[in-house]
Amino acid sequence: MVPTNYYIILSAILFGLGVFAFIFKRNIITIFMSIELMLNAVNLAFVAFSQALGKLDGQVFVLFVIVVAAAEAAVGLGIIILIARNRQSLNVERVDLLKL
Amino acid sequence: MTPQLAVFFVLAALAVAGAISLILQKHPIHSALSLIVVMVALAGLYLLLGAEFVAAVQIIVYGGAIMVLFVFVIMLLNAGVEEHTSISKMAGGPGLLLVVALGGFIAATIARSSESVQAAEQTGTLSSTRGISSMIFKDFVYPFELTSFLILVAILGATVLAQREKS
Repeated sequence: MVPTNYYIILSAILFGLGVFAFIFKRNIITIFMSIELMLNAVNLAFVAFSQALGKLDGQVFVLFVIVVAAAEAAVGLGIIILIARNRQSLNVERVDLLKL
Repeated sequence: MTPQLAVFFVLAALAVAGAISLILQKHPIHSALSLIVVMVALAGLYLLLGAEFVAAVQIIVYGGAIMVLFVFVIMLLNAGVEEHTSISKMAGGPGLLLVVALGGFIAATIARSSESVQAAEQTGTLSSTRGISSMIFKDFVYPFELTSFLILVAILGATVLAQREKS
């Protein structure tokens, strides 16, 4: 049997990699993918704690997180298409209208 | 080492390798394929945890629907190799620092957590699908109905955003 600790550590590692990708990557689609990676890491922690505590609330929450992620992906990719159409580029540094 | 632990380490290594590959790949389509590897590995971990319904939803919704949407947009926009500028190289330093700080914080929290949480072993005997369905349709029925409204708003928003303006 696997201790709960291991799952939480794996979840933290995946979340950290997601944060790093979010800051380091310059392609707006890849940045969006790193957000999905962070959501997945949190889901893993939810399921691990749900099993450790013997309650199903965590798994129900994971389903809600997946629904919100799907809605977010639909709207976010719509925004990305709009940015690509207006700027002719997917580089986030080209999106600098609010920059001084 | 028990078989469960061996399976856990294989799947965990697969997930971390996929996440690192997502960062190292230059082309968005390769990053998307790496992310699919991470999601399939996580689905395997959910199965190991005894959450078979969540594992199925993970494969169908994440691995299927959301990633197909990503790949579709990458192909639609003809996304090429990403260009790195001096600013993005500078962002790597603070990013790494932030990740190390976050990792240290989480490690400290786990280390200080009570023994009962730390030592709790995953039994995987919790019957999940029946329990989840009764929880969703009894205890969480209002949030569940709200998510359908959320999906509706998201569909409308995406349609309005992506449509071409008539000139």
